[in-house]
Order: sequence, then C-alpha cells, then structure tokens
Amino acid sequence: MRRRPCVARGLAAALGALLAAGAARAAPEAAMPERLAPCIGCHGAGTSETEGVPSLGGQLPDYVVTQLFQFREKQREAPPMNDVAAGFSDDDLRAYADAVATLPPPARSGAPEEAGLTERAQALVAKHQCSSCHGPDLAGRDAIPRIRAQREEYLAKALAGYKSNARPGYDPAMNEVAQELSEADIKDLAAYVSRL
Amino acid sequence: MTPIYKPVLTHTFAAALACLGLGIVGRQAAHAQETPATAAPPASVKVERGDALYGRPEGGAAAKLAPVAGPPLATAAAKLPLDKLKVPEGFHVEVYASGLANAREMTQAPDGTVFVGSRTVGKVYAVLPQPDADGKRPVKTIATGLHRPNGVAFHDGALYVAELSKIWRYDDIAQHLDGAAKPTLVYDDLPKDEAHGWKFIAIGPDNKLYVPVGSPGNILMPPDTHAQIRRIDLDGKNAEVIARGVRNTVGFDWNPKTKQLWFTDNGRDWVSEDIPNDELNVLTEPGKQHFGYPFCHQGTFTDPEYGWGHSCAEFTAPAALLGPHTASLGLRFYTGTQFPEAYRDAIFVARHGSWNRTTKLGGDVVVARLGPDGKIAKVEPFMTGFLQDNRYAGRPVDVLVAKDGSLLVSDDYNGAIYRVSYGQ
Repeated sequence: MRRRPCVARGLAAALGALLAAGAARAAPEAAMPERLAPCIGCHGAGTSETEGVPSLGGQLPDYVVTQLFQFREKQREAPPMNDVAAGFSDDDLRAYADAVATLPPPARSGAPEEAGLTERAQALVAKHQCSSCHGPDLAGRDAIPRIRAQREEYLAKALAGYKSNARPGYDPAMNEVAQELSEADIKDLAAYVSRL
Repeated sequence: MTPIYKPVLTHTFAAALACLGLGIVGRQAAHAQETPATAAPPASVKVERGDALYGRPEGGAAAKLAPVAGPPLATAAAKLPLDKLKVPEGFHVEVYASGLANAREMTQAPDGTVFVGSRTVGKVYAVLPQPDADGKRPVKTIATGLHRPNGVAFHDGALYVAELSKIWRYDDIAQHLDGAAKPTLVYDDLPKDEAHGWKFIAIGPDNKLYVPVGSPGNILMPPDTHAQIRRIDLDGKNAEVIARGVRNTVGFDWNPKTKQLWFTDNGRDWVSEDIPNDELNVLTEPGKQHFGYPFCHQGTFTDPEYGWGHSCAEFTAPAALLGPHTASLGLRFYTGTQFPEAYRDAIFVARHGSWNRTTKLGGDVVVARLGPDGKIAKVEPFMTGFLQDNRYAGRPVDVLVAKDGSLLVSDDYNGAIYRVSYGQ
C-alpha cells in the first residue's frame, strides 16, 4: 500500500487510540460500543472513509474472526492490524468479530462509473463465478466476505494480493481464482463491485 | 485390474450402500456409466481451466454450492459433537484431544505422542500421551507460520512435515516440543499451486518418503509434474514418479500383507451430483500405472471433455468406489489387535464430506474389508453422525491406528481428535 501522509496520520492517531483502549482487550465482557470504538476510529461505523482501510459493515462474524486470526498469526500482513491482534485471545477474536458484525452495511460511494464498465465487469463476475461463493448479490455468507460496496482501492489491492499470493487466503479459493485475472480485469471488478 | 462384483451383495443391500454413497466396483459402476447421457451439459467454456470452479454449469442450484473451509478456532471440548457420533455395537467413542484448530493428518511416535498437521492455520501440534490433572492430554504447538503444513510422518525419532511445496525434517523431535526446533529442508522440488497443493505424506515399508502432487485445478490436462505420487529417499534424493493420473490423494497406506500402496483419490467436480465417485486404488506396479485422471473417472466414466479418444480400459480401475464428492481422505489399514477379528487388515477411510452436492454425502469413517482374494469385498459405514440435517457437526480428515489398537480420528472442523476403542 502506498502511504499518503494524511492516511499515515490517521492510522497513527487511530492506532494510538486503539492501543490506549487496551481496556477493551482486558475486559472481554466490555460493552459492544466500547469494544468497537477503536475499530471505528479507522474503519468507520460500517463505512470506511479512509483510503486503503476496508469498510467492515455487514461482514459476518465467521469472516471477521478468520481475518483477525490471520492477523494474529501473521498469515495475513496488514499493518497495523498484526500488532493490534497480536495479544488477542481466542475469546477476544470471537468477541471482536461479533461486535464488528453489528455494524451496518457500507453505503454506496465513488464517482459515477464509466461507460461500458458494467458490461465488462458483469461478464467477469459471471466468468469467474464470484456469486458462487459470495452470493448472488455479493453480500457474502458464513466465512465468505461481503464485497459489494467495499472500497474500490481495497478490493483492487485484495485481488492483486491474491493473484501474486502476497495475500494467501485462509482457504486457497481466491488465490486460485485470481490467477487468471489481468490488471485490467482487477481494475474493472474493483470499480464495479465497489459501486454495487 | 479386474472389476469385482460379489454375488452375495443382494439388491437390497446394494441399494442401502448406494444410499450411503458406497459402492462396489462392478455392476453398479457399469450402471453409473450410463448416467452421463442424461446429465446436465458438463462445462461452461467461459471459465479458465485453472479455476477452482472450472466445469461448473452456470446458474440454478449449482450456484449454491461452494467449498467452505472450517473455522480457524477450535471448538471448546464441552461443545464437541460427541453425543452425535455413532459406532458399531461394542465400540466406544471419546474425545482424545481438543484445542487443535484445523487438525488434519496424524502420526504417532513410539512413546505415544501424536503429531498433527493443519491446512489453514499454519501449525503443527503434538498431543502428549498422558492426560494432565484435568484429564486432558496437553497439546503443544511445535511449529507455527508454516504454509499449509497438512502432512506429518514420524520416523526414527524425526518428524517429517509437508508444507505446500517444502518438506522438512525435525530431528529428535521428542526433545523439541517447545516450538523452537530448527528443521532441515528435505525436498522442495515441488509446484507451488494452491489448488490441491496441501499434502498427505507417509514413509513406506521401503523406508522411502511418499509425496503426492495433486492436479492444479478441478479438471484440466495436468503438466508432467502434477497429478501423481512420488517416492523419494529420506534425504530428498532420487525422486521418482510411481503413480500417474491421480487427481488428488490425501490418504494412503500399505497393505501389511502385500506391502502394496493403497490410496484414496478425490474425483472431479461439476459433472453431476452423482458421479464420479471418489476412488480407492491400489498400486501393484510402481511407475507403470495410470489411474485415469483426467481421461477416465471411477474406472468406468470417460470425462465429457478429456475422455474423447480414450477408453477406461487404458487405465487402472479402482479397487472400490467411495461415493460421489465424498472427499475421501485419510486411509489406514487396521493393524491392531484391540478390534474384533473381522477388522484385521481392513481399511478405514475418513470421508471429509461433500460440498459439490446438494444433499451432502460422507462426513463419516467407513471400513473397507478385503476378501480372501485380497480384493475389496464390501465397504460399510463405521463412524457416523458428523453429518446432521445436511450440515456438518464435524468433518473427519484422517484415521490412525494408535499403539494400543484404538482408532484415532481427526476433525478439522472442530479441531479435535476422537478415539474409538473396543470392549474397554
């Protein structure tokens, strides 16, 4: 990820807030709003306004717990989340996942799409059978994430990471699928899915 | 290999077995061969061949099917589905160990320590033989951060661990259970494909390491380096291909009498709900046999795309069929003496359970018994109950005959190991 100064500042501030909020980690029974406060600092209350930081709204707990686990185990590298999750117990992972899953789905965002994008992207979605796992409306199910209305640059980075294997999926399904994607395909898919 | 059919198999019994997704190679398999004529058109031509979903028809009920990986956290011991698991009369099931997230292949050291690999969480575990004060066997994590370390094999004091594309040896492992051991690289001349890249490994009676390389996708013409089983010296040298046409084997063992290698093979997806079956195969001529993939499946069914111009007679037929999409994984001969005489040298197979099927099949341990002729006489359910109302309460991955003659069964969905014993 290319760091932009404003993003770096935002992350640093939010991370500080999060680490200061160690109380949430120390008390598994902490109330949900209290637990979520540090998450919302970067990710927003469902919709992320921060470049490079995904929206978490509408994600199911099985997906969130898997990602938190991968951060803790350093299977997925995504600073600052590896440091954030480093000290979490299994119960912490579950509690944060349940809390995050209460956030409302992200609001549609982004500039109007260019002509021809919908046709190209829908053909890609059909060809690569995205809906087979992510569901007909790409809202996810079980441990498979909601991708509709996710931030565009985040989706593009995720797909590129799967293609290069820099991001090994918890399950290799996305690494397999992404092998056949071109850079142009990734651009189109990210632009289209982020505007759903 | 000559297909076998046992006249003793009545139609009623055969039908019952068919309902359980089990069949004997022979007349039923021949019937299955007729099915493709009425099956749905096999493949969408739009999907690239390397895709996991290559071959899936578009739309409809098929769109609701997808593989689902188990959770990364183990189920608490008190919440394991123990009361749902059924075994034949006289047998008993208990929890052997819990807290091993994504527990996969197992191997046991002479001192009783059970080593366990994982596929999705990067860890290798050691289960100590003696329960602690709470009555639970301590579980140590001996390695973390590995890439799909599914395969484990104990040999001469060392633990061999297979990652996706590297095989390591942890020497004197009993003295290094604290997670700080430095392994030695044994072999890494392996593809890095994620699809079917995780490995079951074992060391044969010839003191050689057996390593499968799966097909890098559902159905495709595999490169010369894939869809095979290799045999390698324990120092990583002299690798040779001993079986070809193997789509993805995740379990094998040697017949204690003949020393021949028996292995499961997972059949292709998206042709039909009901075919092809997973296979139980036997290698009688190492290096000379081709087991069919991608040309012929289940010994009787030429592939809708790759089968043209071929006959199944060109390939080695399976010794038994293990049900469509059942994900037949770990396999071991019963070499203990604790179980009744009828189980001596029988083959236990862990069926992980289907995803590519509307009504799930598998999610059990079956037992394949050999007749006096050394061929499979029948395949029967042994441990059931993992599948409840078309949902998994657990998913068996591997079976292991423990030193005391009991059968250990790993469950990657719950991160647990069960112990099946008899008469105790």
